[in-house]
Amino acid sequence: MVELLAADPEQLLPAREQMAFTLGFHIILVPFGVAFTFLMLIANYRALRHGDETALLLARRWSQVAAVLFAVGAVSGTVLSFELGLLWPGLMGKYGAAFGIPFAIEGLFFFLEAIFVAIYIYGWDRMKPWPHFWSGVPVVLSGVGGTSSVVAANAWMNQPGGFTLRDGKIVDVQPLQVIFNDAFWYEALHMLLAAYMVAGFTVAGVYAVGMLRGRRDRYHRLGLLIPLTVAALVTPVQIFVGDVAAREVFHNEPAKFAAIEALYETGTHVPEELGGYYDGNALHYGISIPSGASILSGYKPSTEIKGLEEVPADVRPTDRAVTIVHLSFDVMVGIGFALLALSAWFGWVYWRKRALPGSNWFYRAVAVSGVAAVVALEAGWVTTEVGRQPWTVVGELLTRDAVTTEGNIWLLYVATLVLYAVVGAATFYVLRLLRRRWRESDAETDVPYGPEASA
Amino acid sequence: MSTFAAVVLFVGVVAYAVFGGADYGAGFWDLTAGGAVRGREPRHLVDTTLAPVWEANHVWLIFCLVMLWTGFPATFAAITTTLYVPLGLAALGIVVRGSGFAFRKVVVHTEQQRVTGAAFATSSVITPFFLGTVAGGVASGRVPADGHGDAITSWLNPTSLLGGVLAVLVCAFVAAVFLTAEARRRPVPAAELERRKIADLGTWFRRRAQVSAVATGVVALAGIAILRADSPRLFDGLLSRGLPFVVVSGLCGVGALVLLGRAAPRVLQGLAVTAAGTIVAGWGVAQYPYLLGTHVTIAEGAAPSSTLWALTIIATIALLIVVPSLSLLFVLQQRGRLQH
Ligand code: HDD
Ligand code: HEM
Ligand code: HEM
Repeated sequence: MVELLAADPEQLLPAREQMAFTLGFHIILVPFGVAFTFLMLIANYRALRHGDETALLLARRWSQVAAVLFAVGAVSGTVLSFELGLLWPGLMGKYGAAFGIPFAIEGLFFFLEAIFVAIYIYGWDRMKPWPHFWSGVPVVLSGVGGTSSVVAANAWMNQPGGFTLRDGKIVDVQPLQVIFNDAFWYEALHMLLAAYMVAGFTVAGVYAVGMLRGRRDRYHRLGLLIPLTVAALVTPVQIFVGDVAAREVFHNEPAKFAAIEALYETGTHVPEELGGYYDGNALHYGISIPSGASILSGYKPSTEIKGLEEVPADVRPTDRAVTIVHLSFDVMVGIGFALLALSAWFGWVYWRKRALPGSNWFYRAVAVSGVAAVVALEAGWVTTEVGRQPWTVVGELLTRDAVTTEGNIWLLYVATLVLYAVVGAATFYVLRLLRRRWRESDAETDVPYGPEASA
Repeated sequence: MSTFAAVVLFVGVVAYAVFGGADYGAGFWDLTAGGAVRGREPRHLVDTTLAPVWEANHVWLIFCLVMLWTGFPATFAAITTTLYVPLGLAALGIVVRGSGFAFRKVVVHTEQQRVTGAAFATSSVITPFFLGTVAGGVASGRVPADGHGDAITSWLNPTSLLGGVLAVLVCAFVAAVFLTAEARRRPVPAAELERRKIADLGTWFRRRAQVSAVATGVVALAGIAILRADSPRLFDGLLSRGLPFVVVSGLCGVGALVLLGRAAPRVLQGLAVTAAGTIVAGWGVAQYPYLLGTHVTIAEGAAPSSTLWALTIIATIALLIVVPSLSLLFVLQQRGRLQH
């Protein structure tokens, strides 16, 4: 993925691979800590408000799934904290005084999240119903706070500010400017909505699979309806926010925007190119929409877009990186619109008939929508992260200067790959085990009852 | 200002050592509980007491890391470029432990429980050991100011090994005391014990608390000789400024040992927590005013004061919001409100 220069430390390649892999793993679990808990509370609320036993059963079972995913999310996140020091001492040692502040706030939200998740998950049988419900609310709120703070740190790397350097050392920091940097609002909101989309479509997808296999009872319908409604409401907003983000990147991060558009020569009437690959300062085999990029970024064909030629050659992204950024952006946007179409289908039918669409194609589409949303999530991060290269902190710190020069990172990377493969497989296995157990218990009794920890 | 930030950081270290430590120690007893039949009851108790609290306790580690890299960034980088071997192993250990624990609660077959349980329990011993060696490396001044210290001897040295072994033992001791108290809170009727031919769990853990208390004491005494030879500065600090802490720690340890069979669970837990907490606090006081060895003071290593102010505000908010929430969690748990 990265072409190494002779001067680059040997740790650079494995460190990047390791960071990308562990973050890519961790980010899949994040939506379940952040947004799945919200779905759980909706079901819980419905159950209490309308005495809905099916909703109660769903809420209880979801909380059991959340317990497993939350644990894996927490430990994989801890690894990231270690990695910031083990892999990127150049970043932390120099900029920790500024960059660390959002993480310190994040720590606060993690505390609240971990505490109330535990109270909610383990409080089912022993707490009174409404106080129990309310114990879940701080989880959702701290999910919003936690996401905002981590992404604030990431946004700061894209548009750093709020600090004064003297002789290469940070001598003064304006914490509020660090946190509320110029990229904060749209990146944080975009990520938060992405978390709700991922959780919504994934959970709906699980029940869609069940319905395709003929289980069209109320339990499955409700299990599909709650998450899909949330996801369908969020999707159009997400596309709007993504559009805002793109325009902000156009104005504030011209190099990243040029990589997204895979554009070498600065110009007006720039076409929007879909797909293709970038090589030798040009995009090959893209599908071209005349003046598309110019119109999208400045609302008129005469909008000038800066190309990669403006970026000094020594900090210009490699051709490989440009291709990756360009394609992952296309994938994200493409999936966004596909999910919008699915949401519209669902919304239209539900609005007209107060019922789910009958077509099997609808359930097939919902079944794959979760995977698609995860792919969009990953593609979005790749756009942001690879699009920033070769910088770790734009204009301030090159990735090659951030990386550690100690140790054999390949060893750590291989160990991590093996370990995460096992943990990932075990997570799947354990979730399927839970499902099988529930199915068997449903067959025995039709009366909903809570999840029994089988000790 | 910088001293205050260092105190906040150290409060986090103490909290993690005590609460996180108790969770690691529970894993130690899980590991040594014997075969599937014999170890069933103690393991079940470990499961039910740990499940609601371990993630919250674990966040103290995140808190420490974040406070360190924001408040003392260059020192953080110096530590990670020197002690990367034990830190990397501890990170992987944390993954194994957390996921192993979460999975074991769900799987039912003995075979699978054994695998996931072994993963959880083994890593519960390995992780505090490596974290202890890190503490030893820092305390004995083996991390240079600019980092890049010796990758091996920085943690394979007498003080580090002492730190590692002591960490495992203290965790085991605190956990055994906590679990003794927990077992007494949920007594199993005598007839039931008789029928299933099992020993009373309270007694089971009490014996282990006694053994680990004695072992910790012995290692701590031997440690005096080790420190004197290997890190004289730390030794001096511990026996001068740190002495009150060391004495309190010893007294509480002995107190817990003597009262194990009698005192109320809450008293026992208090004693164990104080014994463990004061050891760690004693280290901090002994090291003051240095962050690393005798070459980097707290003030030298600190971030600009505006950052430290931000951390102070965050720490205050944490005090106001997180501490009551944590207390709520512990109270609910001790009243048996959190269970499946
Ligand atoms: C707050 C910090 C942060 C956050 C939230 C993310 N990253 Fe990142 N990422 C970094 C901090 C970082 C970094 C430590 O700063 C790296 C290392 C080198 C660099 O420039 O940035 C990096 C590099 C990096 C690379 C390597 C780029 C290359 O080799 O060209 C990839 C592919 C990703 N990241 C992917 C992700 C994904 C999938 C994320 C979502 C989960 C993510 N990043 C979130
Ligand atoms: C360099 C980047 C990152 C670091 C250092 C980091 C750190 C962590 C840590 C230490 C945890 C565990 C906390 C706990 O015990 O609960 C965690 C979990 C979490 N992370 Fe990350 N993280 C990073 C990237 C991200 C990203 C991109 C997001 C998404 C917005 C995110 C959001 C969360 C959330 C909300 C949790 C708690 C929910 C859960 O565990 O399921 N993190 N992260
Ligand atoms: C369809 C319209 C969409 C547009 C125009 C869009 C635009 C963008 C842009 C320009 C960025 C880069 C921001 C930066 O580097 O500062 C970005 C990042 C990202 N996108 Fe999208 N996006 C869209 C849909 C989606 C969807 C459907 C998802 C996931 C479900 C998603 C998830 C992400 C994520 C996780 C990031 C990285 C972090 C962040 O900026 O929050 N996007 N998007």
